Amino acid sequence: MITDPVAFATDYLDASLRLSVPLAFAALGGLLSERSGVLNIGLEGMLLTGAFAAAVGAVFSGSVWLGVLAAAIAGSGLGFLHAYLCVNLFVNQLVSGLAINLTAAGLTAYGARILFDSGTVELPRLTAIALPGLSRLPVIGVLFDQNVLFYGLVGLIPALTYLLFHTHWGLSLRAVGEYPRAADTAGISVFQVRHLSVVFSGCLSGLGGAYLALAHVGFFTEGMSAGKGFIALAALIFGRWHPVYASLACLLFGVTEALQLRIQAFNLDIPYQFLAMLPYAVALLALIGLAGKSSPPAALGIPYQKENAR
Amino acid sequence: MLRRLSVQWQPLLLATVSPLLAVLAALLVGALLMGIAGANPVQAYAALFQESLLTYFGFGNTLTKMTPLLLAGLGVLVALRAGLFNLGGEGQIYLGGLGSLLVGLYLQGMPGWIHLPLTLLGGFALGGLWGAIAGYLKVARGLNEVLTTLLLNYVAQNLVGYLVNGPLIEPGAPSPYSPLVAETARLPKFLPQSQAHMGIFLGLALALLLLTIFSVTTLGYQVDAVGQNPIAARYAGIPVKRTLVGAMAVSGGLAGLAGSAEVIGLKYRLFENFAGGYGFDAIAIALLSRGSPLAVVLTAFFFGALRSGANVMQRSAGVPVTIVSAIQGLTLLFIAISLALEFKARAAPPSKSTQSTAAAPP
Repeated sequence: MITDPVAFATDYLDASLRLSVPLAFAALGGLLSERSGVLNIGLEGMLLTGAFAAAVGAVFSGSVWLGVLAAAIAGSGLGFLHAYLCVNLFVNQLVSGLAINLTAAGLTAYGARILFDSGTVELPRLTAIALPGLSRLPVIGVLFDQNVLFYGLVGLIPALTYLLFHTHWGLSLRAVGEYPRAADTAGISVFQVRHLSVVFSGCLSGLGGAYLALAHVGFFTEGMSAGKGFIALAALIFGRWHPVYASLACLLFGVTEALQLRIQAFNLDIPYQFLAMLPYAVALLALIGLAGKSSPPAALGIPYQKENAR
Repeated sequence: MLRRLSVQWQPLLLATVSPLLAVLAALLVGALLMGIAGANPVQAYAALFQESLLTYFGFGNTLTKMTPLLLAGLGVLVALRAGLFNLGGEGQIYLGGLGSLLVGLYLQGMPGWIHLPLTLLGGFALGGLWGAIAGYLKVARGLNEVLTTLLLNYVAQNLVGYLVNGPLIEPGAPSPYSPLVAETARLPKFLPQSQAHMGIFLGLALALLLLTIFSVTTLGYQVDAVGQNPIAARYAGIPVKRTLVGAMAVSGGLAGLAGSAEVIGLKYRLFENFAGGYGFDAIAIALLSRGSPLAVVLTAFFFGALRSGANVMQRSAGVPVTIVSAIQGLTLLFIAISLALEFKARAAPPSKSTQSTAAAPP
């Protein structure tokens, strides 16, 4: 039991961050996809596949980096599948995402049983890189003693915000999600923008899975994404499809989950199950509290077809 | 008021062929995966289907596994026809099981012909309540039912987990489970010594009832009208919001009955995590059935057979049981593709006014 308040705060902040990172990767991925007008319920399956690919890559190559690379590739692959189904074939976007989730759950469980004994495997971990000086600060020092994926995410948030709202590329992407017909008329390829966004969405979710497997828990096991993809979706809506707010929403859920883990450790006589449902209940309440204030991109979920493309 | 029954044969044919092709494609990919793992797919499938269809106990087990799939699948179908995606079957199954347990455990001392229906009603009511929450949040607060039903699954699962670990635990139980429900609250078995219970007939009867409602009644027409075009339905004077909440309530209620069947037909107790993914398989089943309650019966039977033969397959051919969930996911993937290809073949440009959530494949 930790009694030192500084040690407790440090530990608590560290845990909150670790729990938020996979969520934030998936939420930012989902954000890109949805800003371009393609729903992505498949984040859960993409996270899980990323974790699995990271495990396979790391175990068979012996290098965590190849694990991370494998996760990015596998996630992008699923992103491409989702994009192809939704954008080219006009498959209902919910059905496509759901199919990805169910297939990913089945295939990774099958693959894990074939490749690893009893479907679970211990993994090498991404090492933390302590930034000199900064990492010695009390409490907030943990912010500067993290692995590459964390630093990458921290850089990604402002970069994405800038790209989305201050560049031509971002304008195109948002136009495609809001009013594809106008974007098309202005010479933007709706297909191309949506494909790219959804593939990148899968890539980011895959990296979230890699973080989960290689940094957070250090093993792979069946179904280890455990609803994180859905929480990321809630965070995305709660964060109003904005990278900064969506990431803050992920942090809120991370803080909540870290809190429930702490309360359990303190034996406060609150039933474990109430704590376990806390992040989901908070996500629900956040959505209810927000109802009506948050409006999705106008063309979200609607397949785009050129008028002469019959 | 009754509607005239009209049968269009061409779409009916298409609707039969393409799901079969989707299932076939999924089984083929499954075979490929078994081959990669070094197993013999022919031997594995032979073992699986021989066990689940041709042996007495295996067949009884198929019917047992089929029962919750059928009930929950009908639930998803009702929502789909109203243009809603109910992804909360899993949570509604937990609540349904809980509802039936409470009635079966605490209301005692009455004859079975009163107690059993009340027990089922308890499951329907709590499952329906869980579905109606998502329906209400959709019409009153504009929250997408997909996300709310998914999040409610985790709340329901933990709620039941808490109850069987705490207030509802059997005193002195070695692992967390509730006491047994009264004899009068149990669904009778119908194949001696197998697990098959009368819940399957409840499912079949409800499939027929839904078929009737959707083909000949005004109520069924209203639900379809809301599902196809809520704006037009509103102008036609149909109470859209009430229909949406009602459809989610019935959808959740049917999934709740799937939970009831598990509790009062199979185990007679409430266990932690007893829903076992039935709620998610039910979504694939309803989509595969394309709006037809009778097709839900066939599809649920097929999925039930997959689950029932999986263990024997693992023992005799060395293929992990998890291949079955991969095959089910792939089935959904291929049905999605086949739906899209048909849609393209009909060359109809997608209507701009319909939201994707309303554009359920009927």
